[in-house]
Amino acid sequence: MENVIRMVHGAGGTAMQDLIKGHILKYLGWGDSEVPLKYLDDSGVVDNIVLKSDSYTVKPIFFPGGDIGRLAVAGSVNDILMIGGEPKALAMGLVLEEGFPIKDLDIILSSISDTSKEANVVIVTGDTKVVERGSLDKIIINMSGFGVRHKYLDNNLGIVNRYRKLSSRWLLDRNIRPGDKIILSGYIGDHAIALLSVREGIKFRINIKSDASPLNSLVEKALEVGGIVAMKDPTRGGLANLLNEWSDKSGFGIKIYESRIPIRDEVRSACEYLGLDPLELGNEGKAVIAVVPEKADEVLEAIREDPLGKNAEIIGEVSNKYKFVVMETIIGGLRVIAPPVGDPIPRIC
Amino acid sequence: MINSLSRDFLKEILAKYRDPKLANKIVFKINEYAKDLGDILIMHVCGTHEWTITHYGIRSLLPNNIEVRAGPGCPVCITPASDIDSIIELCLENNVSIIAYGDMSRARGSKGLSLEDAKSMGLDLRIVYSIQDAYSIAINESDKKFIFFGVGFDTTAPSTAYMVLKGIPKNLSIISCYRYIPPAVGALLSSDDLEIDGLINPGHSSTVTGMSPYKKYFDKYPKPMVFAGFEPIDVLISIYMILKQIKNGEPKMENEYTRSVTWNGNVKAMDILFKVFNVMDGVWRGIGVIEESAFEFKDKFKSGNARAIYNIEYPLMDIGHPKGCRCADVIKGKITPLECPLYMNICRPEKPIGPCMVSIEGTCRIWAEHKVIDKLNIRG
Repeated sequence: MENVIRMVHGAGGTAMQDLIKGHILKYLGWGDSEVPLKYLDDSGVVDNIVLKSDSYTVKPIFFPGGDIGRLAVAGSVNDILMIGGEPKALAMGLVLEEGFPIKDLDIILSSISDTSKEANVVIVTGDTKVVERGSLDKIIINMSGFGVRHKYLDNNLGIVNRYRKLSSRWLLDRNIRPGDKIILSGYIGDHAIALLSVREGIKFRINIKSDASPLNSLVEKALEVGGIVAMKDPTRGGLANLLNEWSDKSGFGIKIYESRIPIRDEVRSACEYLGLDPLELGNEGKAVIAVVPEKADEVLEAIREDPLGKNAEIIGEVSNKYKFVVMETIIGGLRVIAPPVGDPIPRIC
Repeated sequence: MINSLSRDFLKEILAKYRDPKLANKIVFKINEYAKDLGDILIMHVCGTHEWTITHYGIRSLLPNNIEVRAGPGCPVCITPASDIDSIIELCLENNVSIIAYGDMSRARGSKGLSLEDAKSMGLDLRIVYSIQDAYSIAINESDKKFIFFGVGFDTTAPSTAYMVLKGIPKNLSIISCYRYIPPAVGALLSSDDLEIDGLINPGHSSTVTGMSPYKKYFDKYPKPMVFAGFEPIDVLISIYMILKQIKNGEPKMENEYTRSVTWNGNVKAMDILFKVFNVMDGVWRGIGVIEESAFEFKDKFKSGNARAIYNIEYPLMDIGHPKGCRCADVIKGKITPLECPLYMNICRPEKPIGPCMVSIEGTCRIWAEHKVIDKLNIRG
């Protein structure tokens, strides 16, 4: 096949990883900083400043539970939070298609405004471009942002170091170690299934809303307790991709338990009918948190006090018994969780 | 729709057929029986059973002396290479469009070429989900000639037979590569290659054929034979039933999938099937010729038979697989994918070499998608 970009290259799985490692890092991986590009973590860090850029191409732009604007703010803010940053400000790049209704733009901007207030960030700069009809599908939003060291990060790391040595100053994917417990902050698959339910040609009736939300308060509650070694949001490629990234970057295995993974009945049904694996579905308002075992129950309790963390569960632990991600299935069997080649549903964020 | 239709149904499935406590009990029983037995090889012949076994990690729950292995349960995998070759050549030369299932379009013939590869040489390939889609395409584009690549087992053959009986458009013909499962199970039992101790028989196929066509093979080679459903509890119970039969020295034909399989099956579907097709000796790719195992159109339906219209040779021998590929041994259940040197090496789901890596019902594809890379996945 001709060597061109395919949809799967943007779908958050192994194909995208190959593209990033084989091309983007090949040219740009030389840069050095405290958390450099080559770590491929949620954000980069330079001089204690957390920096993140993310572009949003979701289809459709309005969906149950949100729209492209809410998604853009939540997505960028969450990536800053996940590494231990406290989001401060955002820079917005709008690319609009000729013919795009101003009234739709107003709805999106109002949503960006509301979500920014929710996430305690300001939009301090931006850029607006228009392209000819047909050159893009309605609208693309780039949302870049920066954050500073989270006020509870050092205290959190201090608590980790009471139980084991952790030299990293940030919550990186590579930090996880055998024994660490893995907490998932709530139901998986809501965002992907909500989007799919309104896609042209697939539409089905289901009472599921996207979970797109900034996670500031949930993260703050968790960090305040302390003992957290890594955090990541299971967006494209879902939980399966996230856990494989942690396993790859740390060199340790992870064992999870199917029976403990929070998932709504409706989402599970939809997955059965559509042949989708809920572990591979994207989320936009969930965090996966690795915590030293001694603090796991306390962190779980704190997360459950947050409205966005009511359904949190400890879903497994890091293990040196395996070299990859393993799941104990609902009937007690073991199976390897492979990194997905790509998200089964394209353009969800 | 999904919401209302499935909620209670799913709850029932979860409660009855994926119940961890029940699974635990059955596994305990299996282990008890296994203690008194030597090495046992159980074979199943269905891609969906392989998916359930792999997806739920059932092998990791079985004692070391009990092995469950996949046999020929994937229609795409056993479709003769020569038919793929012939179709490509014929359609390109005569400007005929081919209608096929997605999986079938990616399986390579003997020259390493698939229908999808042939697209770049000008082949007009249409991907469909059913014969009904093929019918609509032919009606809508009446100025073109179409061949439908009829692939599948007893489960899919009746819908094609029904369509032919009702009448298909003049510009549509069908090449039948449909195969009949019971004789393949007979062939497995009679094979000198492999000593099978028990069989998990296919649930969907047997829903159509019924259990009765297996009787003559069972009488000749009395081995435990359990007709099983596709939820993990179904599979575990069927393994338990087989071990119980072995231990008691009483091989039987037993039905675990009573909510779907009956002795006589879907009489109406079978009736339609035999109205349209003769049962002939047929090539199964990787296995060779199996007696009375292929559905071929009766003479009175030759106006819809692509073989008759275009003179496509009826395959009489198996011309095999690409070099180095061990799909033949995987299909026969002689080896697992791990023993094939190409598996996850140059043969991967995104770039398959052999047909078992192409089809979602192929053993290699199912193992690859579940990242089965070492024995850990087979035994816990």
